[in-house]
Amino acid sequence: MTTPIIEVNALTKRFGALTAVDDLSFTVDAGEAVALWGANGAGKTTVLRCLLHLIPFEGQIAVDGIDVRQRGKIVRRLIGFVPQELTFHDDLTVAETLVFYARLKKLPTGHDFTPLLTRLELDEHVHKAVRDLSGGLKQRLALALALLADPPILLLDEPTSNLDIRAREDFLQFVRELNGAGKTLIFSSHRLEEVRALADRVLLLEGGRLALAAPPRELERRLSETTTLHLALLPVTIDPALRVLSDHGLPVSRNGHGVRVQVPPDAKAEPLRLLHDAGIDVQDFTLE
Amino acid sequence: MIDFQNVFILAQKELRDARRNRWFLLYALAFAALALGLAWMALRGAGDYGLAGFGRTSASLINLILLIVPLMGLTLGALALAGEREQGTLLYLLAQPINQAELLLGKAIGLGLALVAALSLGFGLTALLIATNGGAADVGIYLALLGLASLLALVSLSVGMLISSATASGATAVGIALFVWLLLVFFGDLGLMGSAVVMQFDIDQLFLATLANPLQLFKIAAVYSLRNNLEALGPAGIYALRTYGDQLVLLLVGLLVAWVALPLLLTGVFFKRRGVL
Repeated sequence: MTTPIIEVNALTKRFGALTAVDDLSFTVDAGEAVALWGANGAGKTTVLRCLLHLIPFEGQIAVDGIDVRQRGKIVRRLIGFVPQELTFHDDLTVAETLVFYARLKKLPTGHDFTPLLTRLELDEHVHKAVRDLSGGLKQRLALALALLADPPILLLDEPTSNLDIRAREDFLQFVRELNGAGKTLIFSSHRLEEVRALADRVLLLEGGRLALAAPPRELERRLSETTTLHLALLPVTIDPALRVLSDHGLPVSRNGHGVRVQVPPDAKAEPLRLLHDAGIDVQDFTLE
Repeated sequence: MIDFQNVFILAQKELRDARRNRWFLLYALAFAALALGLAWMALRGAGDYGLAGFGRTSASLINLILLIVPLMGLTLGALALAGEREQGTLLYLLAQPINQAELLLGKAIGLGLALVAALSLGFGLTALLIATNGGAADVGIYLALLGLASLLALVSLSVGMLISSATASGATAVGIALFVWLLLVFFGDLGLMGSAVVMQFDIDQLFLATLANPLQLFKIAAVYSLRNNLEALGPAGIYALRTYGDQLVLLLVGLLVAWVALPLLLTGVFFKRRGVL
């Protein structure tokens, strides 16, 4: 029996009136690859930030048995993080960036970065300023920084969102190798092919709540059964719309400037009709 | 638990960034140029009468310091956290095995050293000009002024960082910092005079109100170290000297140190509450 390396219990995060993550509990086993899947605003990034204790939260998170809130620094030593927005200090060169973060991660002076740089094909770019790197190279630098101290866990926030198709395939291949070598992987994504390629298990988040925890094929099956409709609404009509749609048994959640509702593929107009009958104007809609 | 090795690494990074910060370099150069100009004028105007030297230049420098040093410290401090928060680099930094206290201390020490280095450059170049023109009198006064100016720079930095800890964007933080600078520099005296008249302050109340403004603390300490009396500051100055005597400088320096420590502590509280977002 494997021991969970990450345990999340009743995690809740509120930003003012908005509940971004709502009573979320899950565990991740050592060496497992888990995808956080959901639409924009579903709470994926917030969960990753809570795992690193970058923001205050309610509930408990333990990594390798260590309470994140009590001993965040030790936990962050166990985790390599690749953020969605690749924001490093732009005026530093790649080499200076590596040395700066290596020192913070307590790597010995004179540490040889060459194998890592070669594997990530960054060796030709070490003297370039970070601001001069392409999106793909920045992504590779982010992964190199995450792997500097060889942490057992990798957190990747939408890791391929800035990459073209070829770079995405290379990146996924490398991450798959890392997982194969025993690293625990948690990544957020809204790309099904990414989930299919990497994940052992998917946690489907809807409106900050756990809607499904299952293998990727179960997610695929579920997605084929429903269509997701994003409705843009005036702020004052969001709460009444949530009430109207949920009263009619439709799975609905708040999403940015409107609501997100799941409907059978042959009933896409149903939410529009229900809202129209209730006197609620729909500003715009998109299908997922 | 604070790891001082992390503090050192972060302070080094801040020092390096300050060297590449165009605004900071501009302030530092402006301060050095104006200090040199004041020294040159002091030498030209009084040298023939044997009055030139560090003492006279120190007197001219007080107003320059009151104007420029708080501006340097406040703007540098205001960008320290809010700028990085806006760019997203703060989030990535705190995803590393460091804690918020180490980050704040590293920033405060690094930026503080950068400010003191900039002031030392201006004072050093000016000292060179005075010394080569034969005015070597009152070196002690000049060094005391450098010490007080450095303390004022740290106060401004600390207040700037407090503003930075509570704001989301660099532009907002700098805007608030400039407003605070205006308040302290231009409305400090006027506000005090107005309040004294309207609220009919006693002389001791007037002096206590004066102590609430760190720029006034610096000014009183600097004038006292220059002349050993405070007649130039009027009744409140005379009252202060009569009440506190030789302890006055200690009191003023102690209050300036408190002005460094207290905003920095509050910065920690705000930063913890707000987090990286």
